[in-house]
This record gives sequence, structure tokens and C-alpha cells, in this order.
Amino acid sequence: MERHFDTELADLKCGILKMGDLVEEAIIDSVGALKELNKARAERVITEDKVIDECELKIDEECLDLLALRQPMAVDLRFITMAMKISTDLERMADLAVDISQRVLELADRPPLLKPLVDIPKLTLLAQRMTRDVISSFINKDVDLARQVILCDREADDLRNLVQQELLHDYISKNKANISRAIPLLLVARHLERICDHATNIAEDVIYMVEAKVVKHHIEKLGQEGQA
Amino acid sequence: MDNKVKMQAKKVDFFYGKNQALKNINLDVYLNRVTAMIGPSGCGKSTFIRLFNRMNELVPHTSLRGRISLDGQDINDPSVDAVDIRRRIGMVFQKPNPFPKSIFENISYGLKVNGIKDKAFIEQKVEDSLKKAVIWDEVKDRLGDSALRLSGGQQQRLCIARCLAVETEVILFDEPCASLDPISTAKIEELILELKKDYSIVIVTHNMQQAARVSDYTGFFLLGELIEFGKTQDIFTAPKDKKTEAYITGRFG
Amino acid sequence: MKKSVIQNSGFFLIFLSMLTTLFFLGTIIYFVVARGAEAISWSFLTQVPRNAMTEGGVAPVIVGTFYLTLGSMIFAVPLGLACAIYICEYSPKSFVVNLIRVSINNLAGVPSVVFGLFGLAVFVNFMGFGVSILSGSLTLGILALPLIISASQEALMAVPHSIREASLSLGASKWETIKRIVLPTALPGILTGVILSVGRVAGETAPILFTAAAFYKRGYPKSIFGEVMALPYHIYALMTEGTHPDQQRVIAYGCSLVLLILVLFISGFAILLRQRQRSWHG
Repeated sequence: MERHFDTELADLKCGILKMGDLVEEAIIDSVGALKELNKARAERVITEDKVIDECELKIDEECLDLLALRQPMAVDLRFITMAMKISTDLERMADLAVDISQRVLELADRPPLLKPLVDIPKLTLLAQRMTRDVISSFINKDVDLARQVILCDREADDLRNLVQQELLHDYISKNKANISRAIPLLLVARHLERICDHATNIAEDVIYMVEAKVVKHHIEKLGQEGQA
Repeated sequence: MDNKVKMQAKKVDFFYGKNQALKNINLDVYLNRVTAMIGPSGCGKSTFIRLFNRMNELVPHTSLRGRISLDGQDINDPSVDAVDIRRRIGMVFQKPNPFPKSIFENISYGLKVNGIKDKAFIEQKVEDSLKKAVIWDEVKDRLGDSALRLSGGQQQRLCIARCLAVETEVILFDEPCASLDPISTAKIEELILELKKDYSIVIVTHNMQQAARVSDYTGFFLLGELIEFGKTQDIFTAPKDKKTEAYITGRFG
Repeated sequence: MKKSVIQNSGFFLIFLSMLTTLFFLGTIIYFVVARGAEAISWSFLTQVPRNAMTEGGVAPVIVGTFYLTLGSMIFAVPLGLACAIYICEYSPKSFVVNLIRVSINNLAGVPSVVFGLFGLAVFVNFMGFGVSILSGSLTLGILALPLIISASQEALMAVPHSIREASLSLGASKWETIKRIVLPTALPGILTGVILSVGRVAGETAPILFTAAAFYKRGYPKSIFGEVMALPYHIYALMTEGTHPDQQRVIAYGCSLVLLILVLFISGFAILLRQRQRSWHG
């Protein structure tokens, strides 16, 4: 049976999809700006963040309205509550893109880059992929994809650690003068890893939304399930 | 939370003539819990609840297979008197049905038919029951008035008090708020939550929100079958069966 | 436009029918009152007939009607009520019950003179009660039976199923439910039926014609095995027999007025009862 409610839910889904696109764009732009040390591109990410903030507010309001007026149950209830959580995570991801852009501005003031970027682009790619995948898993209710996203999180942690250690051992501890150029890079790696964390959160929410299974804080189990 | 089984239906089939109204129902009613039954009209939930106090045997040409027990004892055993079962298992009906008698007589009736004659005891019991059903303050000054002069919501609480007076152990609610306004409905729901401390409660309702609000366990009936039974929060957030989900999200049909 | 014309003319016709009915009722009452009023007096109501029924009162006649009516009710009410309870509450809905219902309805359609002949054959002759109050009461009782049964049946069926269920659900047995809930609730309806049948019985002539009534009997009835004078038959006798038609006619109209007032009074009481029942049910 077609319900009017379904149209409203579809609208909500569209809103999340749109917000997801904007966030993905912000991430691509911020790391792009890093590669190019492009101040203009970084500043654009910072100003565009307002649009994403508005998206979050709009989605939250829609969700509250639907909860109050439709008193959704079961799958609808899970969809709406998860939409609220996902919008929060997306907004945090956009904030992290802003943070990266600010680091880019700092670095752009003290060129050139301390070292050629090796692992940060890998982490960048991973963050982008996880973001894209998690949004598509939400839209398509694709729990397998969501599970893969969660499993990627460990990779992100490893890459971050790699960057961190390299910067600490090879640059900071050898020459204190490097600090001002090393710290922003260190932070960028950290921001990127945080983006991956949020993508993981969303993936967990997607799994709950579709299967009503709580996978949060049970990553070991998930790995087994993934293999099985 | 420990759950003690108060009533149990095992492999219950029920027939109206040759029409099978219930198919192989297995369901436990726990002590001091509220068990809700939901489902579309004609799904058998009302038929089922009426098996718990043997009301269906008043309907001609019906037959029952399977076992329904109260504290482990088969209530349909030939040695068990239906009258005794009905005293222990009270029922509140869809439409408030007070007797065309005074408020006092409505409550004392159950005591009198159960052979109690002590006047002081009856008076005390009437007061206690009306208090428990949270209607005492509204009627204490007019116990001699016709119960039919009360509002619908008050009548329904009076009917609940009537059950409480006979020291029932289980209370069956058959769509108790179907004809009441939202305020009266809220009062009855509060009352049900209060009563579950002392009684085991079964409620049939068309209102899913009501089932969600008052019950601890929910069973979903469809075409005479119990499709799903489980904790209410699970049924309403994450039902296992697609049919249950379709029904409670309104995608049914 | 056209619709409203049809509607208005329809309403007018209905109104006219109502007026016609009222006209006949009014005429009857006027006719009886106008002719009977001159006969009515305190002595007319309290004294015995004198002088070949051309003078004196009709007190024994009123008393006779009272005895016959009372007797018929003593016989018919418990029997009719029991029958109605059986049909409504106990009997399974089957072919036999339908047959009983049809029979009762047919009994109500039997002409009253047939009841009179039946009474003559069974009570007067076969049972040997003779022409007596007893025979008359039993005959009138049988006449009233279908009325009482169907009125009681209706009253019992009007008791909502839901309150029977309520009673049973509290651990009352079926008999307790009938005794304490169903009958008290149906009582006003049953009483209304009883009173209406009293009105009917009091006015019947044919059933007592052969079973109880005497044209003239000195003094008040002394035993239930004796003949009795009764208002309807007395009117008939005064108009058709006797030697002083002119004086007798006045007394006959007086009797008619008494009978009319009696019946109206009884019906009024029934209406009052029904209203009380309605107000109690809110």
C-alpha cells in the first residue's frame, strides 16, 4: 500500500543524499587544496560549510516533525532516528573538512611542504571512498557495503599512525624547526582519520536501520561475520 | 526481570462451526505483565482473549482444541467450573457495560453472586475497588445514583472496579478504549500500568500506540495465526516478521 | 422546487391522517362521555342493581370485571414470563423454537370468540368448573398469554447482551444472571406488557360469554366457582335483553364510560412506567 508518509520519507532521504554529496565535495576540495596548497580552494570549503550546517538543521527539523506527526514504528522509526544521527555525523565530517582547510591555509603561509606526501594521499583516498560508500550504503540499504566501510576503519587508523610516526621520528625529533610545518600535517592526518571514524559511525547506523542489529562497539564480531 | 507464566495457551485451535478462527496459537501471559494483542479486524485476537475466561463457550457451534492453563491448571478441564474461572479472570469489554443499577450495586454484585453477605465487608470492598480503579473521588458522594449516568470513561473505570472487587487475578481488556475520548483513554492506560503491579493483564487493542504505551509483551495476529510474539519494544522497533512490520508501519494491505 | 412540493404534500397527507385518527378517538370519547355522564354518580359506582336493572348501581359488575382480570393475570403472567424466558434465554435457536414462536403469534390472531368456545369446551365442561370466575379467568388468561409472552420476549431481548456478558464474566451463573440482572432490567418492559394486556382482558366480551358471565346475579360474587357479572357483557346484555330498553340504555352508557376510564387509566399507567424506565436508562 502506497502511503503519503512514504513520499515524506523519500524527501528526507533526498535531503540526506544531498547533504552527503556536499560533504563529500568538501572533503575532496579540502584535500585537493592541500595537494595544490591552494588557498582560494581552502577558503571556499570554509565558506561553503554554512550550507551544510543549514542542511543538518533542516533534516533534524524534518525528522522531529515526522516523529511527532506520524508516530512512526519499526523500520520507519529506525530510518528517521538514524537519519538524525547520520546528519549529525555528516555535519561533523564537514567540520573536519573545514579543519583541514584551515591547516592548508597555515601551510600555504609557510611553503614549501615539509616532505612529499605519500601516506596522506592514501588516507585521503580512503576517507573519500568510505564517505562515498557509506552514503551509498544508506541510500541503497546496502549492509554489505556498510560492513566493508566499518572494516576499513582499521586501515585508516594504521595510516594515521604511519604518518604520525614518520613525522615524529623523521622530522620533528631531528629538527625542532620543522615543528611549525609538521604539526599541521600531523593534524590533517588526524582530521582525515576522524572523518573515517564518522563514516564508520554512519555505517553502523545503516546496519541498525536495515537489520535492527546493534554493531556498535562490537567490531570483532563484525569481522567474523564479514568472513563467514 | 523474571517472568513467571500466569496463563498459557498451547496449540490452541478454535472453530466457529467449520470455520477455523484460530490456528495453533502458543502464547504465554506473564505474571504482573501487560500482554497486548494487535492485528487487523477479524484476525482472531478478540476470539482468543475470550478463550481465557471461557466466554466463547456461550457462543453456539464452537469448538476448541489445545490447552489453556491458569497457574498450570487446564481451565477447560471437566472438573473446573467456568464460573470459578470467570471469577479469577475478570474481563473489561469494548463498550462500557455497567448494570442498570446503582454505582454501589454494580460493584457489590460480583461479591453477592459469589456468596458474600457480610455488609461491612462488602462496603469496604466497594470502596477499595473504586479507589483502586481511581474513580472513588468522582463517585463517593453518589454511590446510590444509576451507573448509567456516569460518563463513558467513568463507566469503563467502574467496570474495571467491578472486576477488582471479586479479587480477580488476571484482567482481560477487550478493546477497552474503543469508545472513549483521548483523556479517558489516557486515564485507563495509566490505570492499566498501575494495576499490573498486582494483576496479570491481557489487552486487545486496535490502537498500536496504545499497545506500545501500556504493554510489556505484544502478539501480532493475522488471519487467525499468531505471527509474532515478543517484547513490545522489539516488536515496535525491530519486528522480525515482514508481515508484522507491514502492519505496524501502516503498509498493510 | 419540485422536490419540495412533493415533500410538502407528503407531509400534509401524513398530517391529515393523524387528524383523522384523532377525530375518531375524540368522537368516541365524546360520544361515550356525553351519553354516559348522566348515569354516573357515587351510588352508581357503589350500589347493586335494582328493579330489573333499571335502577341502582353496577358495583358488583365492576368487582366482577376486577376478579376476572386479576384471575387471568395470576394465571397468565407467571406462565407467559416463564415461556418468554425459556424462548429467549435457554432454548437453543432451532426449528422447534421457531415453531413455538410462530404458534404464539398465531394464537394472538385467533378471534376471541373462539377462545370463548374453547373455554366452554375445556374449562366449563371437560374440567367441570362450570360457568364460573375460574373458567372465565382461565379463558381470558389464555387470550392474554400471547400478548404477555411477546411483550416479555421483547423486553428480555432489549436487555443488552453486553450486561449479560458482564454478569457472567464476574462469575455469576446463567440463572443468577437472569434473576439478578436480566429480569430486573426487563421488568418495566414486562410490566408495560402486562398492564396493556390487563386493559385488553378487561374489555373482552366474547371469551366470558359462555364461560363466566351472568346476565343478572344478585349481589357480589361469593366464590370462584360462581357466575359473575362483568362490564363488557353487562353492556351487551343491557342493550339486547330486558324489558326497559330506555332506562337500560342509560346504564349501558354509564358502564361504557366506566370501562373506558378503567382502560385509559391502565394504559396511562403503562405509559408512565415506560417513561420511568427510559429515564433510569439515561
